[in-house]
Amino acid sequence: MPIFKKYRFLLIFAFGLYASVFSQSKIITVCATCEVKSIKDGVALAQDGDTIFIKKGTYKEHLITINKSVHIIGEDKPVLDGENNTESIFTVKATNFSISGLHFINVGMSYTKEIAGIFVSKSENFELKNNIFDHVFYAFIIQSSSYGVLKNNQIKGESKNETSSGNGVHMWKCDHMRIEQNNISGMRDGIYLEFVNKSHIYNNTSEHNIRYGLHFMFSNHNEYYQNEFKSNGAGVAVMFSKFIEMHHNTFHFNWGSASYGLLLKEIYDANIHDNVFEQNTIGINIDGCSRIDYQKNHFIRNGWALKFTGGCYVNTFEFNNFMHNAFDLSYNSRLNDNKFEANYWSEYNGYDIDKNGIGDVPFRPVKLFSYVVNNTPETLVLLRSLFVDIINFSEKVSPVFTPDNLKDNKPLMNPIDPIKD
Amino acid sequence: MLKILKYSIYDLLRSRWSYVYFIFYLILGFVLLFLNNDINKAIITLLNIIIVLTPLIGTIFGVMYYYNSKEFTELLLAQPIKRSTIFMGQYLGVSISLTLSLVLGIGIPFVLYGLFKSAAIFDFGLLLVVGAFLNFIFVALAYNIALANENKIKGFGYAILVWLLLAVVYDGVFMILAIKFQEYPLDKFALISMMLNPIDLSRTLILLKLDISALLGYTGAVFKEFFGTSLGLFISLFVLFTWVLIPAWLINRKAGRKDF
Repeated sequence: MPIFKKYRFLLIFAFGLYASVFSQSKIITVCATCEVKSIKDGVALAQDGDTIFIKKGTYKEHLITINKSVHIIGEDKPVLDGENNTESIFTVKATNFSISGLHFINVGMSYTKEIAGIFVSKSENFELKNNIFDHVFYAFIIQSSSYGVLKNNQIKGESKNETSSGNGVHMWKCDHMRIEQNNISGMRDGIYLEFVNKSHIYNNTSEHNIRYGLHFMFSNHNEYYQNEFKSNGAGVAVMFSKFIEMHHNTFHFNWGSASYGLLLKEIYDANIHDNVFEQNTIGINIDGCSRIDYQKNHFIRNGWALKFTGGCYVNTFEFNNFMHNAFDLSYNSRLNDNKFEANYWSEYNGYDIDKNGIGDVPFRPVKLFSYVVNNTPETLVLLRSLFVDIINFSEKVSPVFTPDNLKDNKPLMNPIDPIKD
Repeated sequence: MLKILKYSIYDLLRSRWSYVYFIFYLILGFVLLFLNNDINKAIITLLNIIIVLTPLIGTIFGVMYYYNSKEFTELLLAQPIKRSTIFMGQYLGVSISLTLSLVLGIGIPFVLYGLFKSAAIFDFGLLLVVGAFLNFIFVALAYNIALANENKIKGFGYAILVWLLLAVVYDGVFMILAIKFQEYPLDKFALISMMLNPIDLSRTLILLKLDISALLGYTGAVFKEFFGTSLGLFISLFVLFTWVLIPAWLINRKAGRKDF
């Protein structure tokens, strides 16, 4: 049988797969009336590749240690009550495991220990999805791990202050992670990443956190897209990272005296495009960032759309919309090494005689008042004073204080349409 | 005094300028709300207009009214009426009629656009109170200037100068001082400077009520701490009141001593 001969390896492989999936792995069911009554016992009984089914009910357990490849699946969201003990509910150190469909409550708070609903370290290839977290100190702490997926988790905290609260997703020294479709609110930082590389953060909602919606440091080659960051205490902070892609995110209503949509500090070689910044005190606070392309972003009704501090070089701003911001741009020096071209500025009142959609006179986005405010913040109390209008006008006519070459030579006459997927 | 007040108001109504002023605000209110239905934003725009225009119109109107009604005033002076009654009556007449034009002119469109259903009603109320105060203050200043100057051109010149000083130059001087002394803590200085000028005080009072106040940062926090308390609001209103009382008292004094 030549055909058999030809495909026998495949057949043998298929049989092997069948055997490994169906004959070796078993399913352990945990419930109040079952043989196995606690998750700990279930995990102790399980071997690599087994599945543990947890039926509906309340399980008052903590410090469940997993060090084998098991799949823990909750049915109808069984509740795991940590009873405010200062231990994590799950601590995991394994490969090829998953935890899904569980409802974690009452994970205790500690000033000295990191306590989480699910604490993962030195693990690979795992999936943590469809879980709910209520009243947890940290929801996830993941360290020194790779190839993990955090998907569709609902994390809700009631943080009161920064010192006594934890983060929704806390990652340290990880790579190739995917954080998708999670909903995080009321924590300290919604998502905190440090030394996390080559990861995707996609379609999450992070709101009403007392510090940052997203906070990441020393994390290179990551991509952040279609996330929503709303009404966070201080907005989103992105620091000391290289090769970041941020696109199609929404940053809005981060409104307060020390708040911003996005804080960029020491970021190099990033792409920031198609984001919406709406009603933040500062849209983007750019501190010492170089070689960043900003394209097709929308800055709507912010206090400051862009605020530069520190040396920022070779950044380009093209095809962005700047609409109805109190200040479009605040600039700290009289030197300019950044390029602004073909943006739409709602304050632009030039003309377009040849009707090619590009204004015929350049637009200067830095007003004299914003220059003054930058040096002497107290003068901001003159906001909306007639005097300020007069000096802005005179500076516009003949710039003296603001960088002479800081201008958009091709301001657009019409706004760019929002691009939404 | 009430009788003279009544005559002044009737006189102003007959002269139609109150109507013009009223209709101006009415149109302004409608246009603002027509252009953007957001009452909160309309209030910010209105703020800009009120703090610049109300003092200007108050000053010009006050001076104009004094010079125009001079003959009638002299006639009244021949009657057995106290001087303070005559001038206070006229002053209040002008101020009240201007305030009525302002309140009705702006109030009507906002009420029609659903002010009572919106949360901005307190801010709007404050805006009107502040506008009324500005009217009273600047009419009083104008009367002082007019009483001191027989020459109309001089009177008008000084009136515009006073407005310019308080609306523009004061802020300029403040800004220059703030820049010069930027190494020092300036928030107390800023607070006091804003308190002393009625136009700046009015603007600050309203700005702090609006969400734009978050832009003010640290200074804003100091301001908010002050103006946010009932004591702060009370002190601000007291300062505005003083700005009415002192010029009004000066009118009395000047009118009492003046040789007509």
